[in-house]
Amino acid sequence: MNPTEPGQPDQEHPVTGAELPADVTALIGVRQYDEEAEFPCERGYIWTTCASVENGNPLFWDDDVAEEITGGPIAPPTMLSVWLRPHHWAPGRQAGTALPLRVHFDLKARLELPEAIMTDDVLVFHEPVRPGDRLKCCQILRSVSEEKTTKLGTGRFWVIDVEYRNQRDELVGVDTLTGLGYRRPNQ
Amino acid sequence: MTTPRLTFSDIAEGDLLPPLSHDVTATTVVLGALASRDDRPMHHDRDFAQIRNGVRDIFLNTPNQAAWFERYLTDWTGPFGRLGRVTFRMLGSVFPGDTMKLTGSVTDVSVDDEGCAWVKVTVELHVEDQLKTRAVASIAVPASPTDNPWKRRGDRWRP
Repeated sequence: MNPTEPGQPDQEHPVTGAELPADVTALIGVRQYDEEAEFPCERGYIWTTCASVENGNPLFWDDDVAEEITGGPIAPPTMLSVWLRPHHWAPGRQAGTALPLRVHFDLKARLELPEAIMTDDVLVFHEPVRPGDRLKCCQILRSVSEEKTTKLGTGRFWVIDVEYRNQRDELVGVDTLTGLGYRRPNQ
Repeated sequence: MTTPRLTFSDIAEGDLLPPLSHDVTATTVVLGALASRDDRPMHHDRDFAQIRNGVRDIFLNTPNQAAWFERYLTDWTGPFGRLGRVTFRMLGSVFPGDTMKLTGSVTDVSVDDEGCAWVKVTVELHVEDQLKTRAVASIAVPASPTDNPWKRRGDRWRP
């Protein structure tokens, strides 16, 4: 690890104390926030995503090729998180209450760390996601580090698993995210 | 009938993937955020990015970088290539005005107990001489001209 990289621990000041609150420790390994997608997987987003990165894979553009290779159209595997992101607005919903990756925002609030970035991401893909699928997910906090000082400021790293399943309860993927919540030196 | 572009016997450790260059614009960043339903302001609001995040401009989000990596890998394998696992480390941000260059090299080839042929590829995203993101991907390719990794389900698929 290069200690000069932003978001990575500064080896001169790696740990700054402050024990992890017991209520946060108690959440490690606990399944939280079972959620269902607000809309089914659909081809408009598949094509918008492919267009955004100029992905010409015929699996997403040619139904005959998709039928032959994947048994019908599928979504690009890396779109996993797209299907569970809440609408920016919905009738009757209080602004700011529908957050993706809520465990991450809970930790920011509970640990009073106003800033955060994601530093690492591991995506594992299982059953393909197909148009019409309605996914569900849950979040599991895996770990929270000691308090550390990085180039960005002082804070903690945490690891969260997001497990995605389809309407048949088949596992479609797991997204393991490492976040760094921190406060800048002047905060 | 579609035939595989690459099969396992075509690939060896040390192989290099063709590089990909792309000039990033504000549209690249905003379209990528829109496509991934990411409405966080650092991906569309320059003032927010500068004042709150302390960076020079809006920047590519993680899901869209994943989509770039997927496109890069399957441009190489063709449609029979099936991603099993991707590990990213984000080391720096990619901004409008940057030319990002993706390069890749095969670091391992193997066949698992179920006969699935796996290729491990390290992909790096550079802007000029700065490494911005490093990814390690495991992608399944046809073990033979008649094999299709997408047909593997349940215990036969072990990413």
